[in-house]
Amino acid sequence: MKMRWLTVFLKEVKENMRDRRTMMTTFLVSPLLGPVLFAVLIGVVLNLEKDRAEKLLELPVVDAQYAPNFVAYLAQHGVKVMPAPSNAEAAIKSRDFDIVMRIGAKFPEQWRSGHSAEVELLYDPSRQTAMRVISRTQVLIESYSRQMGSLRLLARGVNPETIRPIELRQTDLSTPESRSSQVLSMLPYLLFLTLFMGGMSMAIDATAGERERQSLEPLLINPLARGEIMFGKVSASAAFALTSLALTLLLYLVGFKMVPLEQFGMKLALNAQGCLFLFLLLVPLALVASAAQTALAAFSKSFREAQSQVSLLMLIPALPSMMLAINPIKPLLWFYAVPFFGHNFLIERVVRGEPIELIPALIATGSATLLALVLLFVASRMYRRETLAVSA
Amino acid sequence: MISVENLHKSFGTKKAPVHAVAGVSFTALDGQITGLLGPNGAGKTTTMRMLYTLMAPDQGRVLVDGFDAVSQATEVRTRLGVLPDARGLYKRLTARENIEYFARLQGIPEALIAKRISELSARIDMAEILDRRTEGFSNGQRVKTALARTLVHDPKNVILDEPTNGLDVMSTRSLRKVMLGLKSEGRCVLFSSHIMQEVAALCDTIVVIAKGRVVASGTAESLRELGGSNNLEDAFVKIIGSDEGLMA
Repeated sequence: MKMRWLTVFLKEVKENMRDRRTMMTTFLVSPLLGPVLFAVLIGVVLNLEKDRAEKLLELPVVDAQYAPNFVAYLAQHGVKVMPAPSNAEAAIKSRDFDIVMRIGAKFPEQWRSGHSAEVELLYDPSRQTAMRVISRTQVLIESYSRQMGSLRLLARGVNPETIRPIELRQTDLSTPESRSSQVLSMLPYLLFLTLFMGGMSMAIDATAGERERQSLEPLLINPLARGEIMFGKVSASAAFALTSLALTLLLYLVGFKMVPLEQFGMKLALNAQGCLFLFLLLVPLALVASAAQTALAAFSKSFREAQSQVSLLMLIPALPSMMLAINPIKPLLWFYAVPFFGHNFLIERVVRGEPIELIPALIATGSATLLALVLLFVASRMYRRETLAVSA
Repeated sequence: MISVENLHKSFGTKKAPVHAVAGVSFTALDGQITGLLGPNGAGKTTTMRMLYTLMAPDQGRVLVDGFDAVSQATEVRTRLGVLPDARGLYKRLTARENIEYFARLQGIPEALIAKRISELSARIDMAEILDRRTEGFSNGQRVKTALARTLVHDPKNVILDEPTNGLDVMSTRSLRKVMLGLKSEGRCVLFSSHIMQEVAALCDTIVVIAKGRVVASGTAESLRELGGSNNLEDAFVKIIGSDEGLMA
């Protein structure tokens, strides 16, 4: 018996090749999305690195005239003291400044009488980008305060160490490489996204679209099992997703060669061999994506409903990637048995140029294949429902 | 030959089921045109959907050339050519590609497909639209393409659900010619309609359906007698017991 699902596959491919919107998503939007997002992310990280290395700390000070020595100390330690805005609170709120320092009016008097002199810092700690500036300022103020305190104690004949039972020394061991890992952790999801987007419009069109255009009913009357029809459609959509993936991998390959990442100590060692491995690794996930999309499209009542539901599906593989971006953990062997989650670690390894371990790769491939089979089964159940072809 | 025995089908919730088909039986013989006549909502389309294996009956059975529509669905499907109520074409494919697709799904050898299509194209008179994409086709052109797709595997039994719906006079006439041709070739032709004149003009046997049941069957002549009127329309109204749904 001839494999008739292949007939369905070929027809879907031919028909969708003639649809400009599907072609745009598969061959342009979906392959480009990842690399562009990634380029932006890398750009941000590189900028942060540059900031860290070069940038002076800009600190607007209100009433700097009350504490000339203090301000001079700050200036010596890499702070560019700025004239203060007229309304400090408003300036923070409007994001003109990340931080403003205000010297209290009683500062000179308190200072001379040996009391704690008041200095106020205004900032918004919910602003991620401000955190480094804030902590740098705090450290500087603390160290000036400690230095002055020590001098005062010495003047009174007391050893300054009396009030400092512990001397804390901190060593920053972060490297540009480790700092780039947050960016790297996005890459797996971007690849998953390409898989989901590449075949999405076809998966919706081939099931919900056909029903809407009333061609599904005549199709189902042909002498082949509904499961075969479904499989033809799923494999066509997976083929488009994989085309999208191949293109996007090619773009990464070329892109990483062009950006001088080594200069910043970032290690992104993706070569042609690694790309091929990634492609093969993701083949079963393409089937997972297409089968899930087709099942959902068959389940939904209308084309529009299918569109919104299938788009939501894209968020699911984002969960492990997001979790790992926030909380990077070392992989345990069972992680690889969870599709997408386990693939995260494998993809990161490949991108870092680390050797691929065979067992985890096999476990991940096995579990993804199993999930694909389960979803194909679900999709075929959806296709066997009597109400499938009968719209409204 | 298609024989239908005591078909039942309900939809909706268990609490409030809609009994769409409630005991339909008839036989459509080879070399005859059998008409399923009934007002809108009488259960014609649901009955036909059970005939062409899209739905399974709750009760009763359908035999096509002796094969059961549920347990031997694949056999039944190769023996049936169906023009369903839904006539969607693939608008990004040409008429020929639309027909080829179904021919391949029916398992017709590649070498035979082109020959079949050119025969059908002559018969249905669609040569000039054959290699055009179906987007923007008129209703008549769409039905022609759908009909070619229905007949491409040379089926012994042909089911047409309201085939003349939305067609102009010329298209309707040529469609009738095709149906008579199918009959003369010894095929079993079953079609549904709510237009009495059409059914009377074409059919050897008329099966009148109302509210999910067969209320009468026989030749046009015998139905006129049954309804006690020389006018078929009056007879029809009498038989189904109301004129509801006739005007649509």
